[in-house]
Amino acid sequence: MKLILRMNTALCAFLGVLLALPVAAAEPVKIGLVLPMSGPFAGYGKQIEEGVRLYLKQHGDAYAGRKVVLIVKDDTGVAPEVSKRDAQELVVQDKVDILAGFGLTPSAFAVAPIATEAKKPMVVMNAATSSVTTKSDYILRTSMTLPQVTAPIASWAAKNGIHKVVTVVADYGPGHDAEEQFKKTFVAAGGQIVAEIRTPVKNPDFAPYLQKVKDTKPDAVFLFLPAGEQPVAFMKGFAERDLAKSGIKLIATGDLTAETALDAIGAPALGVITSFHYAEAHNSPENKTFVDAWYKAYGPDRPDFMAVAGYDGMHLIAETLKKTGGSTDGDRFVEAAKGMKWVSPRGPISIDPATRDIVQTIYIRRVEKVGEKLQNVEFDQVPDFKDPGKP
Amino acid sequence: MRQPCEMPKDVGEREPLRRAARWRAAEWGFWSLPVIAYFVFPDNLVLLSQIAITGLFCLSLDLILGYAGIVSLGHVAFFGVGAYAAGLLASHGHGEPFTGLAVAAVSAAALGYITSFLVLRGADLTRLMVTLGVAMMLYELANKLTDITGGVDGLSGIDVHPVLGYFAFDLYGKTAYWYCLAVLFVLFVLARRLVHSPFGLSLRGIRLNVGRMPALGTPVNRRLSAIYTIGALYAGVAGALLAQTTQFVAVDSLGFSRSAELLLMLVLGGSGTLYGALVGTSVFMVARYLLSNLNAQYWQFWLGLLLVLIVLFARDGIMGGLRRLMRLLRRNE
Amino acid sequence: MTIFFDGIASGMLLFLISVGLSVTLGLMNFVNLAHGAFAMLGGYICVTLTQHAGIPFLASLPLVLVGVGLVGVVLERLLYRRLYGATHLDQVLFSIGLLLMSIAGAHFVFGDEQQPLELPNYLQGQFNLPGLDVGIYRLFLIILGAAIALGLELLVRRTRFGAQLRASVDNPRAARGLGIDVNRVFTLTFALGSALAGLGGALGVEMLGLDPGFPLKYIVYFLIVVAVGGSGSIKGSLLASVVLGVADVAGKYYLPEFGAFVIYAVMVSMLIFRPQGLLGRAAAL
Repeated sequence: MKLILRMNTALCAFLGVLLALPVAAAEPVKIGLVLPMSGPFAGYGKQIEEGVRLYLKQHGDAYAGRKVVLIVKDDTGVAPEVSKRDAQELVVQDKVDILAGFGLTPSAFAVAPIATEAKKPMVVMNAATSSVTTKSDYILRTSMTLPQVTAPIASWAAKNGIHKVVTVVADYGPGHDAEEQFKKTFVAAGGQIVAEIRTPVKNPDFAPYLQKVKDTKPDAVFLFLPAGEQPVAFMKGFAERDLAKSGIKLIATGDLTAETALDAIGAPALGVITSFHYAEAHNSPENKTFVDAWYKAYGPDRPDFMAVAGYDGMHLIAETLKKTGGSTDGDRFVEAAKGMKWVSPRGPISIDPATRDIVQTIYIRRVEKVGEKLQNVEFDQVPDFKDPGKP
Repeated sequence: MRQPCEMPKDVGEREPLRRAARWRAAEWGFWSLPVIAYFVFPDNLVLLSQIAITGLFCLSLDLILGYAGIVSLGHVAFFGVGAYAAGLLASHGHGEPFTGLAVAAVSAAALGYITSFLVLRGADLTRLMVTLGVAMMLYELANKLTDITGGVDGLSGIDVHPVLGYFAFDLYGKTAYWYCLAVLFVLFVLARRLVHSPFGLSLRGIRLNVGRMPALGTPVNRRLSAIYTIGALYAGVAGALLAQTTQFVAVDSLGFSRSAELLLMLVLGGSGTLYGALVGTSVFMVARYLLSNLNAQYWQFWLGLLLVLIVLFARDGIMGGLRRLMRLLRRNE
Repeated sequence: MTIFFDGIASGMLLFLISVGLSVTLGLMNFVNLAHGAFAMLGGYICVTLTQHAGIPFLASLPLVLVGVGLVGVVLERLLYRRLYGATHLDQVLFSIGLLLMSIAGAHFVFGDEQQPLELPNYLQGQFNLPGLDVGIYRLFLIILGAAIALGLELLVRRTRFGAQLRASVDNPRAARGLGIDVNRVFTLTFALGSALAGLGGALGVEMLGLDPGFPLKYIVYFLIVVAVGGSGSIKGSLLASVVLGVADVAGKYYLPEFGAFVIYAVMVSMLIFRPQGLLGRAAAL
């Protein structure tokens, strides 16, 4: 009797330990996504979140034995103090292991000190100012930087018969950065900037600027405007004044002709040449899988570069987890992520070990009608391009 | 202020004022809440600090709107100026927090004084548009001067030294919380003193019947200018607190939506009571925090609906509702 | 020269959207910040009709007028009516509340991307005169704007309804005493103001774009027109719109460094020197 009792106890204890083990080892990896889900940039947050979730849907949600749990907090995109508050609560209250998202640069800037203080990896999935990755040693980026997507169009233009350019940019930080990078690359390649026009950030009417462009008669106009109604208004005005017919080309960075904006612009977008890292029409098996899965899950909304950044960000987290064996210790995680290389729906990409920023192929594309839709069709590329904006 | 003749102290033309100025039990109760909150919500101190900061900002609006009747949609200009002043000071190496507050206060007050003359002219819509115009011009200016303000990317690299040389700003936000709360309390007490003084009474008179006040010998324009400057000063301090506790200044601290939200919070709480500003802010921000975690995109709808309902049915806000409740209870005793 | 033409066209669009606000403010003393929402509604109706129901652009415009006008009638009857006597602050808050609800609603129904709109071919492009490039759509806006301004003037000055309107605003009690149905007059005026806003919104999609943030983006411009032109004055609104349109466009062309400031600086300086607006009178035209 006593023996059976003792054996039972031993068995129970043994089973108890067995049961406890996987529970302790399988603690989920919590990822805190700080995204603009409401307000003027709600579209960004939607694309990024959907990209992240699509990856989990396609590849499962457990890596290195740990389940991935997403916690999404809305930072409205226009109040960095809310981004900071969200990140602080995610770290202190929800005890996340990784911070991710960041639709706009100020949000990333405001949160960087928290990543450093709490030693949490911070995966930036959109904010595009060069200096973002310098604000904390724990920042990794899977989107792009503005200089990275601006320089190629400048060098392409210089090599393809465009000698005189008028730059038209919005008068704010990203606009200044784009203008500076374009000028640097274009002039170095032998081109000439005949006029630099800066438009007010809130600008409904481009008539005066289009008139200036017409007066200066350049070979091309380099355009950089905030997403939304302004590119639409400019391009419509450009077409209306027959500027394209008089031989002036319109060149820009690809966010101007992002898939989510193309349909609103319509026919005036045809022929616009841009440089960017992702196009829905990119011809690769990885992209085909991605796009098909996207439309099945979220159609008829089109996927754009932000969805891919979210998708790739999740990939980076997943693969790094596998590499560290499930550890989310900040320093280990970031070390393991450095140098990671893979083929994304956009093409081959990698994380630069020196800057923790993304290295990718930038394509030169033209807007054409493919079937029923307008697409950015790639016809040239600059492979393995690093961010030229870093000091 | 000159008195027409001296009256013995115990016979009081000042007596009603003194009675109204005494602190009530409910007020002590109110101020114990933030202290209790520190212990009950240790993980949400950043939210609570931001409520305190916005509460101070709302208080500044109450001074000019609730007491003096100046309808302003551009009050955010002073908030932004204070934020940038403190932020720029700290990012250039002068990180002592109280110095930052002082500089912000002076800058905002100076701007307030200068623009107060614009506000004196014209009727409601004109005032609304002028205040809005000034705020929008400042916004554009901040946007353009990227080298100084960081433009749309914001001003970062703000390094604030520990408060009183000892309490550093930490990840949990404990120092920030007490710092903001202390500043709010001190300024609140001063404001309370102000509105219960003859100066404060004259403001109320101006709001209720601006035509008659000169007959009482009140220099209306000077009073309005003065309260506008004081309101600007308070708003500037609030902006500085935000810059110091988040170590970041965004250009949206000059944005229109901040002004509009502020008006909402004040009306929600009930204008002209000082406490209404604080109550309205707390309720609004907590509600938004909870709702936005539930449904990020559509909380705007509920907010709009709430506003419509308040204006139609509960015009004097929460404080008004409370007052009516107290009267009801007192009648039943 | 083209700059001035463009500025006038810009001003005309502004006039079309803002005239309704001037009317409700000046004639009914109601500060309706939700005015932009009616314009937005007009834009969405137009886009839905032309892109999804295949109705030609010009034909959709009268439908927009009627549609938005009806919404105006309903809202006025149910909600706005209760606040005619309220303080301006209350009206501001109320209309902001309505505005937020309509923005959320638009977001919910249409999503937050830019709405595409294709103009018919005969309204696109431009023809060139010596020294002046005339955009066809802009010319269309100028002609339409002038026609509507003229029509409104005639309505208010020469028709019985206009006389009833002016009487109701000057002295509602006396007007009622004369047997004028003041409530009906106000409802119709509000509907007219909103319908015009809707038309302006529909016409503006081509130049200003359309997304749920439309009212918030442009409310400042509408208010500027009304404040500078003087509330209640149709002529004032027209004058202010054209002046501001030209100042804005010319300012950006000749002084691009200060482009954004020009419109605010003009407004603030005008209001300092003439607080009641260019042609403003409170309760009369």
